[in-house]
Amino acid sequence: MDKRRVRLLQLALLVFLVLGWEFSVRLGWVDAFFFSKPSEIALRIFEWFKSGEVYRHLWITLAETVLAFTSGTLVGVAFGLWLALSPVAAAVLDPFLKALNSVPRVILAPIFTLWFGLGIASKVALGFTLVFFIAFFNTYQGIREVSPVVLANARMLGAGRNQLLRHVYLPSAASWILSSLRTSVGFAVIGAVVGEYLGASAGLGYVISQAEGVFDTTSVFAGIVVLAVFVVLLDVAVSVVERRLLVWRPEPGQEGGTV
Amino acid sequence: MVRPTNSTPAVELLRVTQRFGEYTAVADVDLRVDEGEFVAVVGPTGCGKSTLLNMIAGLRPPAAGEVRVFGQSLEGLNRRAGYLFQADALLPWKTALGNVALGLSFAGTAREEAEARARGWLAKVGLGGFEDRYPHQLSGGMRKRVALAQVLIMDPKILLMDEPFSALDVQTRQLMENELLRLWEEDQKSVLFVTHDLEEAIALADRVVVMSAGPASRPIGNFPVSLERPRDVTEVRLTEAFLEIHREVWGLLREEVMRAHGQA
Ligand SMILES: Nc1ncnc2c1ncn2[C@@H]1O[C@H](COP(=O)(O)OP(=O)(O)OP(=O)(O)O)[C@@H](O)[C@H]1O
Ligand SMILES: [Mg+2]
Repeated sequence: MDKRRVRLLQLALLVFLVLGWEFSVRLGWVDAFFFSKPSEIALRIFEWFKSGEVYRHLWITLAETVLAFTSGTLVGVAFGLWLALSPVAAAVLDPFLKALNSVPRVILAPIFTLWFGLGIASKVALGFTLVFFIAFFNTYQGIREVSPVVLANARMLGAGRNQLLRHVYLPSAASWILSSLRTSVGFAVIGAVVGEYLGASAGLGYVISQAEGVFDTTSVFAGIVVLAVFVVLLDVAVSVVERRLLVWRPEPGQEGGTV
Repeated sequence: MVRPTNSTPAVELLRVTQRFGEYTAVADVDLRVDEGEFVAVVGPTGCGKSTLLNMIAGLRPPAAGEVRVFGQSLEGLNRRAGYLFQADALLPWKTALGNVALGLSFAGTAREEAEARARGWLAKVGLGGFEDRYPHQLSGGMRKRVALAQVLIMDPKILLMDEPFSALDVQTRQLMENELLRLWEEDQKSVLFVTHDLEEAIALADRVVVMSAGPASRPIGNFPVSLERPRDVTEVRLTEAFLEIHREVWGLLREEVMRAHGQA
């Protein structure tokens, strides 16, 4: 199937859904109070960007997302490395990590607000608890899956401990870590927005929650659309990085003998 | 070719046994490779040839017995040995050049120098121009040649080779075999060469060791190959002396291969 055809069909579907929504409201099939209208939502988004008031919120959410994403990834990777290379620590900590990871993060939000206040920090903390575990589990797994032959080969070629880490363990784990980054970004956004939603004074989650408070469905949907586009852009950025760093990996079905 | 007979052997196995859980792979193996000697090991599949090499490399210490390297009991990795693994062992995230330069860079050689020498070695194994390919972009035979360059660039005194050429086509294979013989004659490495292919073993080696079928496999035959050197692996196969040795060794090997098949 060629790409352009798929794109065209996707576009057609989108147009159909948006028009369907618009006319269902205009013809009175559904109530505008509950569903708003695509044209109105688009206008609202346009106003937000024109007046510039949305930038502040976008900026806050972006800052929270980036901070949660980087801190969670760095600490998660470091922790994963450590546990994967010291089996005793891994065995001891295993039940604790599983227990911690099983806590639904939403219920932590009020506690983080209590600890870190209404500002950015509490949202970063929430995102961190989500991203950390993804980065940690993927690093751990990536290192455990290092090919024993490749490892033995590097050792025979004289690699010391640090060289093994740099030239064998990390690159091997990198494909796991990198492919988890996109999931992580999604979760960092969830951490930020849920945190904002439950208590904040700025951010996209705050905007949406305020609008819901006054039954302003147009702003709710406008907020959701902006958020969706925001996530898609982040996702694209991460997959560009991923592709750059994984040039050595075969594309599916391309293994060997492409000479 | 004249070999010193009383010098310390490069590798010596003394009543070496290896087990995997309950399974005894090799038992009471005595084997020696003299300095500068080229020894080939043949035996049915699964008899423990790779297991022997792993012990000599120091990757897995024997369950019993002793491995000696130049007279000293081996502890930890064997720093004098280069090991060409049976399975793909290149680092998939490094280019051909990066893979070949790897050992030198581990040893602290400056990057430019390491890469310059790696280029030279890639050319030697017939892969000039493939420096920037990643392993998955090379054919199986090319990967084997990169692996060979990766090991030889370190100039090890002892060379452990586990079916290095079995993935190559016949022409490339004979080229590589001749190249290996030339390199070996240049600086007298001690080689332990594992292969399925009896003809290859005889064409290359000073001595062919036959292993019995597993479990508890051990050497059961030791055949000196007194074909003259330097040899051309293609031509030497046609000589009467070659055929005679082949007949002799095959008589023993065939039984073991049949036994191995019977068990499977
Ligand atoms: N890590 C392991 N765990 C359990 N059993 C093993 C392990 N490695 C090898 N063995 C067993 O030891 C025996 C010898 O294995 P080895 O790989 O040394 O055989 P080989 O002679 O190299 O065979 P081939 O010619 O097919 O490469 C086999 O029966 C194998 O199943
Ligand atoms: Mg083997």
